[in-house]
Amino acid sequence: MKVLLEAVFSPTFAASILRVTTPILFATLGAVVADLAGVVNIALEGMMLVSAFTGVAVSAFTGSAWIGLICGVAVASALGLLLGYFHLKLRTNIILAGIALNLLATEGTVFLLYIVAHDKGVSSSLASKVIPDWQIPIIKDIPVLGAMVGKQNALTYLSLLAVGVVYLFLYKTPLGLRLRAVGENPDAADSVGISVHKVQFIALAISGALAGMGGAHLSMGYVSWFSRNMTSGRGFIALAAEALGRRHPVGGFIASLFFGLADALSNYMQSLRVPGEFVQMIPYLLTLFALAVYSGRQMKTRRSFK
Amino acid sequence: MVAREETPILAMIGITKVYPNGLVANSKVDFQVQRGEIHALVGENGAGKTTLMKVLFGLEKADEGDIFIRGQKVKISSPHDAIRHGVGMVHQHFMLAPSLTVAENIVLGAEPRRGLWFDRKKAEEISRSLSEEYGLHVDVRAPIKDVPVGVKQKVEILKALLRGSDILVLDEPTAVLTPQETGELFLALKALKEKGHTIIFISHKLREVKELSDRVTVMRGGRVVGTRKTAEISSEEISRMMVGRDVELRISRPTAASGKAKKVVLLAKNLQKYSRDGKEVLKKVSLQVRSGEILGIAGVEGNGQVELVEVLCGLSPADGGQVFIAGKDATGKSPGDIRNMGVSHIPQDRMIYGVAAEASIEENLVSTRYRTSPVSRGISLDLKAIRQISRHLIERFTIKATSPSQSVSTLSGGNIQKVVVAREFSTNPQVIIADQPTRGIDVGATEAIHRYLVEATEKGAAVLLVSADLAEVMGLSNRLCVMYEGEIVAFFPEASEVTEEELGLYMLGLKRQDPREIEAAMMGEAESRPASEAETGEG
Amino acid sequence: MKRDSLFEVVRTGLAIGLALLIGFIVTVLVSKSPLEAFKYFLTGPFTSTRRLGAFIEAAVPLTFTGLAVSLVFSAGQFNIGAEGQFFIGAVAATFAGIRLDLPPFIHALVALIFGAVAGSVAGFVPGYLKSRWNASELVSSLMLNYVFLKLGMYVITYHLRDINVGALVSLPLKETSWLPQFLPPTRLHAGIVVLVLCVIFCHWFLFRTGWGYEIRMTGLNLNFARYSGIPVTSVILYSQVLSGAVAGLGGAVEMLGIYRRFQWLASPGYGFDGVIIAILARNNPLLVPVGAIFLAYLRVGADVMAMYSDVTSEMVSVIQAVIILLVTAQAFLSGYRHRLVLREVKRHESAS
Repeated sequence: MKVLLEAVFSPTFAASILRVTTPILFATLGAVVADLAGVVNIALEGMMLVSAFTGVAVSAFTGSAWIGLICGVAVASALGLLLGYFHLKLRTNIILAGIALNLLATEGTVFLLYIVAHDKGVSSSLASKVIPDWQIPIIKDIPVLGAMVGKQNALTYLSLLAVGVVYLFLYKTPLGLRLRAVGENPDAADSVGISVHKVQFIALAISGALAGMGGAHLSMGYVSWFSRNMTSGRGFIALAAEALGRRHPVGGFIASLFFGLADALSNYMQSLRVPGEFVQMIPYLLTLFALAVYSGRQMKTRRSFK
Repeated sequence: MVAREETPILAMIGITKVYPNGLVANSKVDFQVQRGEIHALVGENGAGKTTLMKVLFGLEKADEGDIFIRGQKVKISSPHDAIRHGVGMVHQHFMLAPSLTVAENIVLGAEPRRGLWFDRKKAEEISRSLSEEYGLHVDVRAPIKDVPVGVKQKVEILKALLRGSDILVLDEPTAVLTPQETGELFLALKALKEKGHTIIFISHKLREVKELSDRVTVMRGGRVVGTRKTAEISSEEISRMMVGRDVELRISRPTAASGKAKKVVLLAKNLQKYSRDGKEVLKKVSLQVRSGEILGIAGVEGNGQVELVEVLCGLSPADGGQVFIAGKDATGKSPGDIRNMGVSHIPQDRMIYGVAAEASIEENLVSTRYRTSPVSRGISLDLKAIRQISRHLIERFTIKATSPSQSVSTLSGGNIQKVVVAREFSTNPQVIIADQPTRGIDVGATEAIHRYLVEATEKGAAVLLVSADLAEVMGLSNRLCVMYEGEIVAFFPEASEVTEEELGLYMLGLKRQDPREIEAAMMGEAESRPASEAETGEG
Repeated sequence: MKRDSLFEVVRTGLAIGLALLIGFIVTVLVSKSPLEAFKYFLTGPFTSTRRLGAFIEAAVPLTFTGLAVSLVFSAGQFNIGAEGQFFIGAVAATFAGIRLDLPPFIHALVALIFGAVAGSVAGFVPGYLKSRWNASELVSSLMLNYVFLKLGMYVITYHLRDINVGALVSLPLKETSWLPQFLPPTRLHAGIVVLVLCVIFCHWFLFRTGWGYEIRMTGLNLNFARYSGIPVTSVILYSQVLSGAVAGLGGAVEMLGIYRRFQWLASPGYGFDGVIIAILARNNPLLVPVGAIFLAYLRVGADVMAMYSDVTSEMVSVIQAVIILLVTAQAFLSGYRHRLVLREVKRHESAS
């Protein structure tokens, strides 16, 4: 127990939480943007995977991690538009369309991986690049804080920055205002001449781009290769974090940290022979609990109005 | 009679609108509004008022006719066009985003910016000054979900004003308001008029029309009956113009004399219901329906009839009061339990409640008795029996269909309603609650449904008939009451002795009977009746 | 009725055709000999007995999850927890197969019941949350997929693991619990009998009993069901419990019939495949095996193609995705449907 406590309260543990949180956080922000616009993006998982793969492949061919990142994000964003096209134009149920795109991404990336790397498992034969770590000049020298947040992958910093940017976008810009109006009452937006479809397309593209950042972090920051299905459900975890964070970027950030904590903790616990599975279950169970309480409360207020 | 010295600010000439199902909603309607007046547009449900306004606001496309604004012929094919021409509309259902603030809702789509950012301060400033200018006081920072209905409505008006609307259409604005809020709204509208705005006001409530409007246009059956100066016409005259009957009912009411001793099978006592935003929509409603009679409930829609029916059928719980069916307490029971007590229900909206459109006719016909013999045999369904019952019902109720396995969605409106009616009558109910049973269907089907209602009554069923169609409710009912603002305001023990003019006065809130007298007239005699006598009334 | 089925057949056929065309285009893009590759893909499953067996055997778990998803979709419930239910059902059957000592036939039967019960518990949770609190079954079933994956892995790792094997696998199941394989060299097994019974049962339940009627009416129009007196909250609950049982049973059958020891490290993905199949089969249990066989055919065909050409089997995911997208796109061919409706209405009017 003592070992565990020491480990948990060490600054490196905090650093590792931030690292594992990064992809989830990006995807959670993507979930928030789409959901607030009234389109549930269940394809986050696939968008992350596609970006993770594209980033690795492009960076290997161009020799630049940044170009890889940009291409990955662009492809994920395009997938968002594709989802929008099927849902908004062809009126496919958005959940089923999302499931289809996830399927396409999961196996499609393996298909392409084989073509570019002649391997169905990992991309280790590709000389792909990684997004560098950054050091924050002054903070890195502060004793505890420095070890926690002084040196991290650039994308980790960007993910923290993204919380603020998404918050500002949603709550401080005209487009953000319109986006939330569209999600809440499309008729209201329509009645003042806002194109509902256009706003939802934009939201899905942004959502895809954010998920793409998360995916790129997995293959070009967290590790330095692409492996099949490497997201292992993080896109769905993001949906949970979004629900737990009450559809708010900051709430989503806290929820993502919580998932990251559980993930990091489970690694430590495992070494102490505490079944990691139980620790990993906690965030999901907590989401379930929060969902039940939240829905129950909504139902009550509806009923007891007098 | 109408001032001719000025070109009207709005003229709609020869507007005809036919809906795809063949319903003629507007027929060669001419409608003119002068600059700076408050113009009331009145008429019964289905008279075509809302359709006319939808055409004006670009929500419906007219088949014929022209619209002139300030003397210019204009083409309006979307709300956007309407706004551009200075027409603003306040809908019955608010077009607001609940979590956004008042100011944000007002400026939505035309947000003030500072660089990249939405300028909230400016938005609040704009909203505040606009609200002060027009005396529509609102807390611009409050989220819409926290403000009362009256404020939401003001926000809608401000939204229109911000977009430069000088012709403002309000569709039944007072329907959802408390009396105090209504008073405030009227003050605001009068102030708007002072500032030169033109207001078109759709209403059923003649008291309000008299109080507020300069002129009034009455519509009936998709046509304009006339336009008058409000000061020169009495409420009674308006009422007559609105309800003047043009279709005679061919079916007569059940022959059972209502005075005779009959068992009370449906009894409601002091039913109360509050809407989601806290408005009292049923104010201690009591009524009773006896075996072998039709009790009609007349009234303009939205006066608590929907809530009354939902409570009686168990679809939503009452907030007070009791319901008894054949003497047994049915308060708070589920729809299934209430059906098992012998209640049938013809719902107002057949596509929402009445049928599962994608299911077959036979599946729709047995939805209330799939657990009982002969439809059910042990735990499995008897498909042969279902087929047989369906064929029988299709024939008996003359449903035009190729096969019982045909999907209901392929039938016409009248035939879909017949499917509903066939099912509801097939279980030999003790009580039939018929809510607008013939709305939107053709004459043939209407007549058939009237006939079934009368037949069922003559076999001993108790029928509660809720209808906004005066001809129907007056022609079929033995006894009749009128609902207005969640209350029963009038009761007539002999429906045949009521004139429609008289009924109109009660429906529109111009007159009301003493509540105690209503209670005594409707409830008194049955409650004092000995049980043994009531028993003999059965059958 | 006739018009609707005709329309659905045309639409599904066209969607499949378009999907195959797109699959072919992809093949052309990546292969040096696309025609040959595609020929392997289309004919692969029939090239040997073993492959024929593999293809039918692959359809078995797909049919179970397809049935499970059809049941909840029929009730209008977006529960996509078949993944977790299937997984936990397999774990429960593994537990019963290792830990219990029972005579041959009975052992297998008990292990199957273990699987079904575990699956139904997994289905109960989102059903209860929905019917009691109106909590979205979509989110809760997604969460539970992970919970049951972790729970299952915990049981395998800490209680049933075979420590003599390097990889993380369970102890072998006792032979008494096996579902016998009857047609070597294929792995076709007695579970197929369970499957056939299950298909018949689901069809009977859904279309011949009052419960199934309740489920379908609730799914078609919840308001109508409530108005008719159908107890919709309990329908929402038991449809998900039953669906969970079917998925769990599927996991058990797969374990007892094919694997004989638990060796999955991640969820095998049959739950989401079940969604595709349910869509293709329009939630009709009798059509589910057809959809499952079709999907299995694509899978095995893709494997054969991968073996003999330069195109990998994942190409098939493109085809699957396009099929889902087009079959569920309401606007796809809606103009055609509209014309059919008009024609029918006109015919009716002239007839009457």
